[in-house]
Amino acid sequence: MGSQDPRLLRRLLRAKDRMDAASHEEWPVSRLASVSGVSEAHFARSFKHAFGLPPHRYLLTRRIERAKALLRDTDLAVTEIAFQTGWNSLGTFGRIFRDITGESPSELRAREQRGPHQLEEVPHCFVSAAHRPDLNIAVSEKRRRAAEGNGGGPDEKEVP
Amino acid sequence: MTQGVGVAGLYVHDQDEALDFYVGKLGFKVHTDARNGDYRWLTVQHPDQPSLQLGLFKPQPPTVDEATAQTLSEIVAKGAMPPLLLVVDDCRASYEQFRSRGVEFTQEPIERFGNVDANFRDPSGNGWKMIEARA
Repeated sequence: MGSQDPRLLRRLLRAKDRMDAASHEEWPVSRLASVSGVSEAHFARSFKHAFGLPPHRYLLTRRIERAKALLRDTDLAVTEIAFQTGWNSLGTFGRIFRDITGESPSELRAREQRGPHQLEEVPHCFVSAAHRPDLNIAVSEKRRRAAEGNGGGPDEKEVP
Repeated sequence: MTQGVGVAGLYVHDQDEALDFYVGKLGFKVHTDARNGDYRWLTVQHPDQPSLQLGLFKPQPPTVDEATAQTLSEIVAKGAMPPLLLVVDDCRASYEQFRSRGVEFTQEPIERFGNVDANFRDPSGNGWKMIEARA
């Protein structure tokens, strides 16, 4: 894991920025690689080296972050939030949301709406970045570890 | 005002490129452009804010060693430097103007909490939030 060319990193950052701007969209590696102007084979490895997690997992953190904000700040139905943040299935959304945050979307909403907030003076994007889940292991791994404590469970591939 | 912040600096990948961006695209003025060998002290200022200079510095020896310079350049290019905030009178108008000059926006103007803001990056990777001054 040596150093990386800053010009390459700048182009990888462009792919990350594009996911940030539209995390509800589909971001296959081919699309991200073309934003960065690198080959698909090179992209995933370089992105992980640069930002510490694979691109699809980064996208998951952004989607969950956005879902958490919508749960906290709006009265939108959970189904609507799932679709707005890029999931095709409410079931997958709920499962991955719980795997990552440790609670269901409605539990999180109930808890967040009870507590006071003092973040009005902080620009929105920094608040949302602070609420981004720190997803340093795969969702499937996180689920497996949780399941070890209560007799195992189904293992599923992590798909945004 | 005689007390306060005089210069705040950014690290940039290439000072010529940064000069073209901050002066040519964002409309800043050059305050100081002084060279000494490979070293270049380059600062710009916003036309409405003459008391503050924005330094556009390249991480390089002898200010820092070669390995540190490389690390700093990588950090900037990953967009990991602290946030910067540019206050404008009309966010949508500035967005149109800057975009037509080739500024890379990462978020178009959005209205939230009664304020309009947009995001852009400089060529090195420094991230700016552009926010409309509250009336």
